[in-house]
Formats: sequence, structure tokens, C-alpha cells
Amino acid sequence: MSEPIRYMEVNSRGVTEVTQERHPMNALLREERLPHIWCSGCGIGTALTCFISALLKSGLDLDKVVVVSGIGCTGRVAGYVQLDSFHTTHGRAIPFATGLKLANPELKVVVFSGDGDLVTIGGNHFIHAARRNIDMTVICVNNFNYGMTGGQHGATTPVGSITTTTPYGNYEHPFNLPYLAAASGAVYVARWTVLHVRRLEKALGEALAKRGFSFVEVISPCPTNFGRWHKQRTGLDTLKYYHEKGVIRHGADPKNVDIELGGEIVEGKFLDIEKPTFLDSCAGIVRKAIES
Amino acid sequence: MSEKGLLTGSFFMQGDIACAEGAIVAGCRFFAGYPITPATEIAQRMAERMPQVGGTYIQMEDELASMNAVLGASWAGVKAMTATSGPGFSLMMENLGLGIMTETPCVLVNVQRGGPSTGLPTLVAQGDMMQARWGSHGSYEIIALSPSSPQELFDLTIRAFNLSERFRTPVLVMTDAEVGHMTEKVVIPPAEEIEIVPRRKPRVPPGDGYQPYLPDEDLVPPMAVAGEGYRIHITGLTHDERGYPSTSDDSAQWPLIQRLVNKIRLYRDEIIQVEELNLDDAEVVVVSYGIAARAAMWPIELARREGIRVGMLRLITVWPFAEEKIRDLAPRVRAFVVPEINWGQMALEVERCAAGRAPVYLVPHPGGDIHKPERVLAAIRRAVA
Ligand SMILES: Cc1ncc(C[n+]2csc(CCOP(=O)(O)OP(=O)(O)O)c2C)c(N)n1
Ligand code: SF4
Ligand SMILES: [Mg+2]
Repeated sequence: MSEPIRYMEVNSRGVTEVTQERHPMNALLREERLPHIWCSGCGIGTALTCFISALLKSGLDLDKVVVVSGIGCTGRVAGYVQLDSFHTTHGRAIPFATGLKLANPELKVVVFSGDGDLVTIGGNHFIHAARRNIDMTVICVNNFNYGMTGGQHGATTPVGSITTTTPYGNYEHPFNLPYLAAASGAVYVARWTVLHVRRLEKALGEALAKRGFSFVEVISPCPTNFGRWHKQRTGLDTLKYYHEKGVIRHGADPKNVDIELGGEIVEGKFLDIEKPTFLDSCAGIVRKAIES
Repeated sequence: MSEKGLLTGSFFMQGDIACAEGAIVAGCRFFAGYPITPATEIAQRMAERMPQVGGTYIQMEDELASMNAVLGASWAGVKAMTATSGPGFSLMMENLGLGIMTETPCVLVNVQRGGPSTGLPTLVAQGDMMQARWGSHGSYEIIALSPSSPQELFDLTIRAFNLSERFRTPVLVMTDAEVGHMTEKVVIPPAEEIEIVPRRKPRVPPGDGYQPYLPDEDLVPPMAVAGEGYRIHITGLTHDERGYPSTSDDSAQWPLIQRLVNKIRLYRDEIIQVEELNLDDAEVVVVSYGIAARAAMWPIELARREGIRVGMLRLITVWPFAEEKIRDLAPRVRAFVVPEINWGQMALEVERCAAGRAPVYLVPHPGGDIHKPERVLAAIRRAVA
């Protein structure tokens, strides 16, 4: 590891010299942008750490890896990675990423964003990119709420959850994301909580290596806006909850992995299949037609 | 067709097709769209033509997606376009703003039809002119062009690509159902005779201090794209020259917004194109654009036969608006007459620049048809009465 960073901090107490250890992931983080905006106990940082470890082990040419995010706490990931990265608009990371990938198939395109962004406002793009089997890895940090805007409910919020817009308890049925991804056409589908860092890292590595639409749902604490209403005031409380409720069931039928408030959280790799990607099919069919 | 799949020669061609061919000549190799009358033919043509020229066509799930895919493609280094009409144009507004904020060259064609809402799907209007100017939130300048014929739709689509690269910004081609669906002679010159503006690239190699938003003297920053090793970060948040968000106060907002506005405003002479007809002796000036300008030619002729000295200022570039032209004319003409197929949009600009020095007579039309000649003629007569 390289030298620690030293800098002067000016605040109400005067000027202090701060010594900051270099982040072990510094090769892939924009250190000059740290500290990040995430709350203490938030799970997004862990998800990012696992992603970076997976990426470093992947053998991919990092100059060709692109991270695209939408808007939200998770959406800020794009701004911290030392890679070509795009912080787009709310819900639209996937179509932006689609344009990048189709215009330059050499790129390895990763979409890293929140549940609200990817499957609530952006749900239509999510299912269509999966249906087309666009070659991209989609990492969805699911904290069951809109963290950035102060904890409103969304399409992933379990029935009964208290949020700032479901003060009496949520009465909407949530999406089961692995089921949605699998039914829409994804070729790789996995879910892990941020408690299982090794397994999460492994899943992210597999997703990155996969050709086609690969999807990893990362269940993650948001103590500030979701945990606080559900007896999980700290990130640690939520990790303990994951420890208690998490069950690993590789190959489980995605249909059966709904998440209910207080219920078990099924984790594992649910789907890993082969299918021609959008570009494979496009090249095949168009070439045949043009040549005939 | 040439070896590279480019057309050259003289054709009897529909406006929408001419638009697609213009894009191809300009170097467009990515098209994302969603079917909508009267712009569908552009998408259909691109679906057929993109594979022939080594490009990519994708029909997205909606216009939000289309606009974003175009931005993504541009950031992959490929010239990209989408085409739509009113309802889709409305859906594109947020991400047009992303294109403006991130300074992404691309072209958005709006083949206007009658609105509001679903309106008149197959019939002409020019009701989106102010939306083109102000439709996305925030403060910005925009470039928009308005053709009056299929030939001009071809020419201006090329110009739109060139301007988008020159100024690093999305450029709008604001055409309409009439021009888009009209079939006329279109001449496509040999490719080597057509000027194509390439993308402005960084002059330093990766790792040598390139900053994505450090502008050249003309306020336009050179553009590195994904996969070139520069490791850029691009955001729709207010950002500094490194491209990093800076949102805790207005310190980055000031220089950024001023630059986004000025890189276009200060160079408007380079952008603004108008056609002037009989302006030297004109007592009345018809200011119009697109199909409405073409429909005004006959009433202008009739008025001149009656002895009224009418001239025409046809806006080819609609945004930025030809302010100086109107300011110059206002003190020496008796009136402006503005026929447009809406309830008064560009007429507001004419009024603003005439600043009370000459009255402005709007000849409105709600859409669905072009102006009857007598209505424009009546307005000209009233202007000199
Ligand atoms: C079009 C639009 N609507 C609303 C917002 C406000 N907004 C910003 S982030 C966000 C929700 C983000 O939730 P999620 O994707 O789950 O991310 P998290 O913050 O939980 O990581 C919303 C609604 C916006 N930026 N743009
Ligand atoms: S609000 Fe929630 S999701 Fe956002 S940073 Fe804080 S803990 Fe994380
Ligand atoms: Mg969330």
C-alpha cells in the first residue's frame, strides 16, 4: 500500500492536519473524492468493495470497463470508481448503458444503482434490457426504500414496512427481483446480502464473466431511512438480522424467493444459463439477410 | 450506392428518408428510436440502412430510453441520432437536459404534428418550438434548425451533426409532418464534397492531466469517450472541470452555466442561418420558418402584385433566434407578419426583439393544415392599412 494522504482541514475549530490512510482499494477509487457521502452503517460501501475486489480479480481490461449509475445514494457509486463512469438520470442508467455497449461492443458495461432507480422508475428499461439479453452486468443495491430522498417506499418495499410515505404500513405488493430478472430473460441471477462479502464478491465475479444480461441483487442496510423504522437503528443491527434470516439456497426457483418483512431472505445463485446476446443475434440474422 | 453504402445522385425522396440519409452521410452510426407518426419512416429507414453502413439500430422501449441510448452511444464515440414527434419529444426532455449538461454531441429530430397530447398524429403543426427552446429544466442555450423541404431536411441533418460536434451539444432538427412526408427532388452530392466536422479529441494522452470539462478558448472542451483510458467521470450534477460533482454551493454552477450558455450565444453568428428575400425595400416583413415559410411564399407574391412591398425573413436556424436581424429591421419596417402553425411562439421572439418599434401580426394556426394563402395575405394587407 502507498503512503497515507495528508491534508489540512479547516473547520470551526481551526486548522488541523489530517492523516488519512490510503484506501486499500485506491487503485480503483477516486481518492480525491473521498470521504464519500454514505451514512455510517450503510451497506453501499460494502457492495462497492466487493465489486472492486471482483473486478480486480476478473482479469478484465480496466480501461474498457464502464460503470453507469442512475440517481440515488447507490447512484453515487459511479462518482467514486476510478473507471470510465457515468452518473445519468433517475431510472435511465440501463438505456444509457445499452447505447454505450451497442455502439462499442468492446466495452464491459456495468450498471450499478439502487432498487428505486433500477426497478421502480426504471423498471421498464430493466425488463427490456433483460429481454433483449444486452451484454451488461446489473448490480442492484436493494435497501427496500428510496434512501436518497429520505426513505419513501418503492417497488421493493415489503408489505407492512413503515416508510415516510407509508406511515401506516406499506400495502403495495413488492417485486421479487430475481423472479423479475429471470422471467424477463436474464442469463445470470444471484442475490446476496452485504453480510456475505465473500459470496457476494464471487457472484459479482461470475456476473462480470458472464456474456449477456447478468443480475446481482445486493440486499443492503439503510439504517438512516429504513432500519430506523424496523428496529435496526444501526447497520450492525441489520447485519445481525441478515445473519438470523438469511438462508442460502442455490438453484432455488426465483419464484419462491420473495422477501417479506420479518421473513427469511433466500440467498444464492438462482440462474446461470447460456443464450445468444442481443449483438450475437443481431449479427447473425442481419448478416444472413444482407448476404442473401 | 457507393462501396461504403452511401447514396450519391439525384433522387425523388421523402423528407423523412432524406433525413435518415443525411444522418448517414454525416457519419451517424447509431440510431435508437420508438415508432411515432410522422417520424416513423426515419426509424424504418435507419433499421434498414444502419447494418448496411456498419452501424447499429435499436428500437427502444420508449423515448426516454431512446434519448439515453443515443447519449450512451455518443459517449462510446459514435455519432448518434433519434427521431420522434410531439409525445415522444415531451418524454425526451429530461434527458435532452442530461445531454446539454454533459455536453454530449447528438441529434434529435422532431417531426412535429398537431398537439397537445396525442393531438393530430398524421397532420402538421409547429407547436413545439418553445418546448425546443425551454422544454428541459434549468438554464441553457439550444441549437435548433428548421427545414422547409426534403432537400433542406437532408442538408440540415448534416449540419445538425456538424454543429453538435463543433459545440459539443445536442442539436434539434425541428421539422414537421408536411416536410417529413413530402416527396421531392433531393440531390445528394458525392461524400467527398460534404463537409463533416469530426469530434474534438483530447490533445494529451491518458494520465497526462486531461480534464473532461476544461474548455478550449472557444469554451468547448475536447471530449474523451469511454474505453480510451482516460477514466472519465461524467455526471448530470453540477460539476467542476474535472467532471466532479460540486453541489454544496453555487461556486461551480456559475462558471458552468455561463459557459454552457456562452459557448453557443457568443458564437451565434456562426450558427444562425436565415434566408432573406426582398428585405431591402420591404415595408412589411414576413418572418416564418419550416413549412409555414414555404406556404407564405404565394401570399407574399400576391401582396407584391398588389403593390405592397413585402419581404421575407426565413429562419433556417430557429434557435438561437436571429435577434440582431429583427432589431435591425424593426426601425425601418412598418410591421412584421408571423405565420406559424401554432398559437404564437416564435412571434413572441419577434415581438421581444422588435421591442415596440414595429407591430407584430401573428397569423396563428392550431395545426392540422398549412395556412390558407388568404389568411396570410389578409394579415399583410392589415399590416399596411
Ligand atoms: C425524475 C426524477 N424523479 C425523482 C428524483 C428524486 N430522487 C432522487 S434519488 C431517488 C430515489 C432513489 O432510490 P434508490 O434508487 O432506491 O437509491 P438509494 O438512494 O436507496 O440507494 C429519487 C426519487 C429524481 N432525481 N429524478
Ligand atoms: S440514506 Fe440509507 S442508503 Fe443512503 S447513504 Fe444513508 S444509509 Fe445509505
Ligand atoms: Mg434504495
